Amino acid sequence: MNRFLKSDFFYDFLRAPIAVASFVVVSTLILLALLANFIAPTNPFDPASLNLMNGFTAPMEPNAFTGEIFLMGTDDQGRDLFSAILFGLRVSLFVGLMAVLLATVIGVFLGLIAGYIGGWLDSLIMRLADIQMTFPSILIAMLIYGVARGVLPPELRDEMAITVLILSIGLSEWVSIARTVRGSTLVEKEKEYVAAARLIGLNHSRIMIRHILPNVLSPVLVIATITLALAIIAEATLSFLGVGAPPTKPSLGTLIRVGQDFLFSGEWWILLFPALTLLALALSVNLFGDWLRDTLNPRLK
Amino acid sequence: MLSIILKRLTQSVVVLFLVALISFLIFRYVGNPVDNLLGQEATVQQRAALEEALGLNQPIYEQYFDFVWSALHFDFGNSYRGALPVAELISSRLPATLELAFMSALFAIIIGIITGVYTAIRRNSFLSKFILSISLIGVSLPTFLIGVLLIWLFAVELKWLPSFGRGETIQLGWWSTGLLTLSGLKSLILPSITLGLYQLTLIMRLTRSEMLEVLDQDYVRFVRALGLSNKQVHFRHALPNTLIPVITIAGLQLGSIVAFAIVTETVFQWPGVGLLFINSVYFVDIPVMSAYLLLVGGLFVIINLIVDLLYLIIDPRIRDNQLIGKA
Repeated sequence: MNRFLKSDFFYDFLRAPIAVASFVVVSTLILLALLANFIAPTNPFDPASLNLMNGFTAPMEPNAFTGEIFLMGTDDQGRDLFSAILFGLRVSLFVGLMAVLLATVIGVFLGLIAGYIGGWLDSLIMRLADIQMTFPSILIAMLIYGVARGVLPPELRDEMAITVLILSIGLSEWVSIARTVRGSTLVEKEKEYVAAARLIGLNHSRIMIRHILPNVLSPVLVIATITLALAIIAEATLSFLGVGAPPTKPSLGTLIRVGQDFLFSGEWWILLFPALTLLALALSVNLFGDWLRDTLNPRLK
Repeated sequence: MLSIILKRLTQSVVVLFLVALISFLIFRYVGNPVDNLLGQEATVQQRAALEEALGLNQPIYEQYFDFVWSALHFDFGNSYRGALPVAELISSRLPATLELAFMSALFAIIIGIITGVYTAIRRNSFLSKFILSISLIGVSLPTFLIGVLLIWLFAVELKWLPSFGRGETIQLGWWSTGLLTLSGLKSLILPSITLGLYQLTLIMRLTRSEMLEVLDQDYVRFVRALGLSNKQVHFRHALPNTLIPVITIAGLQLGSIVAFAIVTETVFQWPGVGLLFINSVYFVDIPVMSAYLLLVGGLFVIINLIVDLLYLIIDPRIRDNQLIGKA
């Protein structure tokens, strides 16, 4: 830890206000999501705790019937919006992080193999990546989502929705990671330490995992952070379109979808607060990723 | 030169067949067509008869070629919902999507080039800096949120523009157009802005950086030295040279316009192909999904092919180095 505090990386970090600010916002949001159970005043998905009389209460104004006050108001069913956002944030972050994890595992695996082994395997993987690159990833995610829904029996569709969501976003975002890892692997495998490792008779999988992998990870960290912002937005978009998180387990995108319905009747807060939360999350992950890229690997620009 | 073009063409054909294979596999194996058309209670004889009629008992490669063959004749089978022919569903909704895509591309290109040129020429003016910082925020906003916010401002608060649908349309043969009525045009404004905004910022940044680069070149200095006015230097000599990359990139963006039309059409309940697709995903209407994939895949491959070939013609360096773009 002491070594980290004295590193150039930490020094640069403290001198970049945007990096510090975005990091603070992201970690606050993650904390809020993790501690949702303890912070949220109500459990938004327990029908017993809902009081229909509280419906459509404006933020910070006492309800006309019950006199209760809600920080961010309530929706049509009297659900406290602040609690719903905390739990929605948790779903959004969970799906985003797991999708990026999946994309990273696939990308690192395929990129390492393509770069290290080369030959026809390399051409095959990279052709596949090329083809996938020509299609926008959101389209691929929608398609995978649709296929997965088709394969699942109808009664499991809502239950498995989160898993399917992670799968479709993860599978649509691996390409950029695989390309980066392949590029770095091609450079690393020509270096002396790899030749030395080969000379002492280590097998290929050990060289790939123990020797090359640690040296190609820093660009992966950068791309994964940027991909996280993309994944969060992709999740919100899918959920907003109604093909993502189910209404029983709403993410920020689902909440915004619900909020849009109440714009015309003047209940603006049902839309505004989830939208602002999503914006803060996506923007700060993006800014932090940009800073990370500039600091760790200026060449990626 | 010819060999490069041939190689590029073969590549595209291979990709097309791959896309067709994926849509075929989805069509054939995701969900059971017989169950979907007959329901669970059908007798064995009924099922066998339908399998025979649909050709499901033939060898798999034959089914694949049948599928490709019918697709080439715009026959994509019947939708599971409502049992209408998919081709009919798509062609009835295509005009709405194409008009939306066209208007938003037009909006993105015109405004993008104007603001790009302006921010390059008046680099230090307040307005330039303002435009650039606004564009940064625009890039970070998800498309659907831009749409919702526009609806909020212009439809709910100001009540200037409609928030959903195409307005009145006029039928010209099989093509229904919203471009000829006032309400149709008004309905187009918000969706076009929503769909075009991201492309606009991209085109603006590209135009700006190309323009700055060109303005720094010797020939521009030379025409300046000849005593031409600023206006002539900027618009007769600099601008045309910046437009080549801008147009190609704009062309490549057509694909993502089509993809994000799905989002925009859902926000504005625009009765286009994208809304059809998202509904088919929701209701697991496999024939519509696979037909959409095939059409959009074909469109993407063709766009990429054209852009690559254009590069080949425009840029002799690519021609000589035999660098070849991706599929």
